Amino acid sequence: MKTAIPSNIPNSKFTLPAPGRDHIQGPIDAPMALVEYGDYECPFCGEAHPIIRAIQERLGDSLCFAFRNFPLANMHPHAPHAAEAAEAAGTQGRFWEMHDKLFENQDALEDANLAEYAAALGLDARRVLAEVLDGTHGPRVREDFKSGVRGGVNGTPSFFINGARYDGGHGLDPLLAAITQQSGARFAH
Amino acid sequence: MNKEIKYNEMYPKGCRTTALEAGVAAPDFSLRSTPDQSVKLSEFRGRPVILAFYPADWSPVCGDQMSLYNEMLGEFQEFDAELIGISVDGAWCHAAFSKERKLHFPLLADFEPKGAVAQSYGVYRRGDGVSERALFVIHPEGNVHWSYVSPVGVNPGAAGILSALETLQSKEAAK
Repeated sequence: MKTAIPSNIPNSKFTLPAPGRDHIQGPIDAPMALVEYGDYECPFCGEAHPIIRAIQERLGDSLCFAFRNFPLANMHPHAPHAAEAAEAAGTQGRFWEMHDKLFENQDALEDANLAEYAAALGLDARRVLAEVLDGTHGPRVREDFKSGVRGGVNGTPSFFINGARYDGGHGLDPLLAAITQQSGARFAH
Repeated sequence: MNKEIKYNEMYPKGCRTTALEAGVAAPDFSLRSTPDQSVKLSEFRGRPVILAFYPADWSPVCGDQMSLYNEMLGEFQEFDAELIGISVDGAWCHAAFSKERKLHFPLLADFEPKGAVAQSYGVYRRGDGVSERALFVIHPEGNVHWSYVSPVGVNPGAAGILSALETLQSKEAAK
């Protein structure tokens, strides 16, 4: 059982990664938990994407990574549909593959592109597109968004390390250092 | 990359007074929201008001903070709360900033006398000439219900605001 370390955010109600609820890579009982709130059209999230991958490679099974949607619809008009497309791919068991595709193609996120990526992944592209257009996964995306607002998200990407918001730089070194530091005494099983 | 350091360099004085705390009357004010419109705090009596003081238009963290709140208006509306941004920038500057970021809530110009409203709430950084990054939730009857001052370079997000709106709502429901 994980216990969140005391939050650094006033009145935060952050929730740790939950199996069955969240998209998770790595063991759920790993000593380090990194949660990202991100937006597929946000350039800073795009820059962070390969850095997260590198961190996962370095830390292996010591890290549990979860991604939650935080589309900033006014700033990034394609972000909500992109998030829903990832969720739609998730119902066909390919969330992370779609997640990678979206971040690798941030400048092409029209609905037609989303269908194209789904097809390239061997998914039922018509179903993905239909679910996006029907807003099937809209409630799920909004649920992520609301949890982020309540948890203390202050922009995209927002990272939480073992429950505490990380306000430092998004480069590999500072982020990796912060994650490994937090895995010590302050973390209770 | 580290915006917080940049802010601390730009606004080094940080000569702050104490922010008004819960329970005291929120000073009323009337400030320009656009070159030809004004907003008066007491117009919103009967509804909670969120006052978000921030140092300046256009600077990166503020942009993030105001843009972020813009995305969260639905969450605030669930509490029937009105969101108001306030900085020492002039009305024309606010108009341009608001248009560029597609903001759907008013930004007020605490411009003349400069920072007077921020001073009355105890959140003016005198030597720096800007306000603190400070949040107030004003009770529907006009008192301060909650306040919080963030480090000038750190975007506080909205978790504190929503908790405050929640406690306000449950207090009202218990009446």
